Amino acid sequence: MNDMTPVAKSSPKDWETDQEVRWCPGCGDYAILKAVQRTMPEIGATPENTVFVSGIGCSSRFPYYMETYGFHTIHGRAPAVATGVKLANPDLDVWIITGDGDALSIGGNHTMHLLRRNLDCQILLFNNEIYGLTKGQYSPTSRIGTRSPSTPFGSVDRPATPCAFALGSGARFVARGFDVNKNLPSVLKAAHAHKGAAFVEIFQNCIVYNADVFASFTEKANADHQLWLENGQPMLFAGGSKGIAMDIDRLTLKVVDVADGDWQGAGVIVHDVTNRAVAHMLVEMPFGAFPMALGVLYDDPRPTFEAAVMEQNAKASEGKVADLQALISRGQNWTVEAKE
Amino acid sequence: MASAAHKIDDQGNSSTANHPSEAVVVRFAGDSGDGMQLTGGQFTLSSALAGNDFATFPDFPAEIRAPQGTLFGVSAFQINFGSDEIDTAGDAPDVLVAMNPAALKTNVKDLKPGGLIIADSGEFSARNLGKAEYDANPLEDDSLAQWQVIHFNISQLTMDAVKPFGLGNKEALRCKNMWTLGLALWMFDRDRQPIIDWLNGKFAKNKVLADANIAALNAGHAYGETAEIGQPGSVPIPQRHISAADVAPGLYRTITGAEAVAYGLVAGCHLAGVKMFFGGYPITPASAILHYLSNLKHFGVTTFQAEDEIAAIASAIGASYAGQLGVTSSSGPGIALKGEAMGLAAMTELPLVIVNSQRGGPSTGLPTKTEQSDLYQAVYGRNGDTPMPVIAARSPADVFECAIEAVRIATQFMTPVILLTDGYIANAAEPWKVPDTGDFKPFPVSFLESVPEGGFKPYSRDDKLARPWVKPGTPGLLHRIGGIEKEVDTGHINYSPANHQAMTDIRKNKIDGIASYIPEQDVCIGEDHGTLAIVGWGSTFGPIHQAVRRARAKGHDVAHIHVRHIWPLPSNLGDLLKRYDRVLVPEMNTGQFKTVLRDQFLVDAKPLNKVSGQPFRIAEIEAAIEGELA
Repeated sequence: MNDMTPVAKSSPKDWETDQEVRWCPGCGDYAILKAVQRTMPEIGATPENTVFVSGIGCSSRFPYYMETYGFHTIHGRAPAVATGVKLANPDLDVWIITGDGDALSIGGNHTMHLLRRNLDCQILLFNNEIYGLTKGQYSPTSRIGTRSPSTPFGSVDRPATPCAFALGSGARFVARGFDVNKNLPSVLKAAHAHKGAAFVEIFQNCIVYNADVFASFTEKANADHQLWLENGQPMLFAGGSKGIAMDIDRLTLKVVDVADGDWQGAGVIVHDVTNRAVAHMLVEMPFGAFPMALGVLYDDPRPTFEAAVMEQNAKASEGKVADLQALISRGQNWTVEAKE
Repeated sequence: MASAAHKIDDQGNSSTANHPSEAVVVRFAGDSGDGMQLTGGQFTLSSALAGNDFATFPDFPAEIRAPQGTLFGVSAFQINFGSDEIDTAGDAPDVLVAMNPAALKTNVKDLKPGGLIIADSGEFSARNLGKAEYDANPLEDDSLAQWQVIHFNISQLTMDAVKPFGLGNKEALRCKNMWTLGLALWMFDRDRQPIIDWLNGKFAKNKVLADANIAALNAGHAYGETAEIGQPGSVPIPQRHISAADVAPGLYRTITGAEAVAYGLVAGCHLAGVKMFFGGYPITPASAILHYLSNLKHFGVTTFQAEDEIAAIASAIGASYAGQLGVTSSSGPGIALKGEAMGLAAMTELPLVIVNSQRGGPSTGLPTKTEQSDLYQAVYGRNGDTPMPVIAARSPADVFECAIEAVRIATQFMTPVILLTDGYIANAAEPWKVPDTGDFKPFPVSFLESVPEGGFKPYSRDDKLARPWVKPGTPGLLHRIGGIEKEVDTGHINYSPANHQAMTDIRKNKIDGIASYIPEQDVCIGEDHGTLAIVGWGSTFGPIHQAVRRARAKGHDVAHIHVRHIWPLPSNLGDLLKRYDRVLVPEMNTGQFKTVLRDQFLVDAKPLNKVSGQPFRIAEIEAAIEGELA
């Protein structure tokens, strides 16, 4: 890690493995894989110090396709395995690849605690609102009424909002992107630059079991429904004709029209990535009446878990000698003398 | 360890067998707020300093603060100490100290006929008798006629003794346990000074409390003395001196199984030359291991209290992948939750140590009681063909060596290893002759750090069939692992029928092959052939050992075989068992190891089972031996 010799910048190709990529043709995962492989050279990553950890599901095949160290673990447990990896070697750059079922159903507990502890890593949650690998059952992010093999009459339970879950769990970085979007590498870059747990929800199109479920904002024709957030910039969308303002009376956000570029006059908010209260409102904006908030919604670092653990380990070891013989000899002890 | 401290000849006789050997079992029982565990612990220290061999067993309620005076709030501590080898906490107490009616009621049935009851009559109020469901005061009727009963108002005597220190009523009564300890020290002719030193240390910041407790201790001791010389109105109390046991010279200490697990794991990692990562989740009776290790950070130990049992093992697997030795620990219910991750460790062939401090089951079962009923779970309890080495410790002191052995096998064979202890071993204390750590042979791990000749294959194998251990961060050795079936050598995903057959065989052969790297099965006591073999594993060692000794002293042809390596079994065990006419397997379960032995060796092993949450008594096993040989 401390090697000062300048290393030739890698190319996206350097991050591909010899393994045949086995997602369904047209799956959004391909685009995300490309975006990640494009990001790696940009952030100056080195393959040997990079570890991709995944759980189970379509997305979790990801590590096999990255020329790095990788661990395809078991359903829902990637955050826990990643925690062990990072605590054992904090120098490693850890990426967690997960999905809506993996991270929010079977592994919801681990996701929550990883975020709460603030382990330094990137969590890319591929949200396709469906269980793909098990052939199409509804997921914890599926909308009410989703028809699937296990819900032939439509699902009746309310979906979870991944970014709201993340914020509620104490995440200090929350971002959103979608598979085929050109901004995705810049979102990933920001996630990597954040020291601590960086949570990125990536809307991913499952063309087999839940096709086009995000088309209402991902389609080119629907780009007006995307609100791309940028720190220090006004929250404008629809080509600058609309913006997000604060409804002071109701303490909620509202959509306002912006005439002639006068966003100040319309009361449009300037995005402050450290404003946690606004972040909560942004992730909860009901789509339809509001646009989909994308980009870096929240970014306000705090000390990381592994740093705190290392610091405490070092402090607790200060001035102490690891004398095994002394350790096992102490306590209630006595000596039996040899008989004459 | 008691047996290590004694020389036992091949007839099973202790070297002190020519002298009249003496042993006494004392049980201190009181309300969970009465400080009985503390009393027992200090009495244990006193026994050690007097040179006795001993074994102890604490028996406390599952409730943290059970309502005062109730039957389920009774906490007890039993110690067996003597001048000869002691392997168990004793079958039945000779002396019962009962601090209230509930303690008397729940414990008196265990007392030997003719045994001595010492009761605090000050606590035998109508209210407390009611809580203990006594219709009449047993100290005043003839319901305790088969025992000797001595009772006096310990509460009042304590209050009188600590009066000069101006404590409140409640605080004054808290000194009752030290008064009782003082009396016990007098009864067994023990030196008070070490306890006084301990009290001065414990209450270093509160001189008044130290002095009050010391006054109570001295008063209890004086009471015994004056009672003996027959002060008017006092009851004479018997005094007995138990001579020192004939033990090997050296440094000794008391140790519990939980401490021994922690120290053994640290020692194992030291010998392997790796750092330890411990992922744990609180569960009785395993939590103490997490507590001990949390204080050993300066030994390169990182402890992580995970959000659940699954995260505890998953984080340990992640740490093993990153190049430390991952360790996790739990009890049966938690081990059940770890099952899937144990399979991941087996599939990815990473070293891992899983400690199971067994308790009574199924489900939540008996959290504070001991059992050996997780043997099937350890040997067979995973999906798929997932063989895993299993080692079982026999006593608190034995755990130390077993933990080192678990680390050795895990790191040398790149496999998860299960270490079985139980609630008895975890909580019980015994004297341990502190080993010289220089006597343990190091088994340093070697990480693969560069591409070997012929190219790097993550699932290539050495002569033990172990795959290379590669730390992420190593240039040139990038690879991916996971729970999906691995291709032979390359470790790529491979679903083909021939490959799965080959990999399943390799995983099985690797674990089976460990049998060549563990000691052959020996016979603890007796000949390597004959009429009857008593085969045990885990914490039944003590009662079996003593029962076989007694039976042999009576001239019976019986041997004791104790199995440490449960999986794979020692390679000579089958042949050995076939050299006996009969094989009896005492277990604190419904016959699990018996079934494994029958399956593996087609021997007609018979079960002797007990699942009461209490360890076997020597007499129970002795009776079974007599029954088999009748």
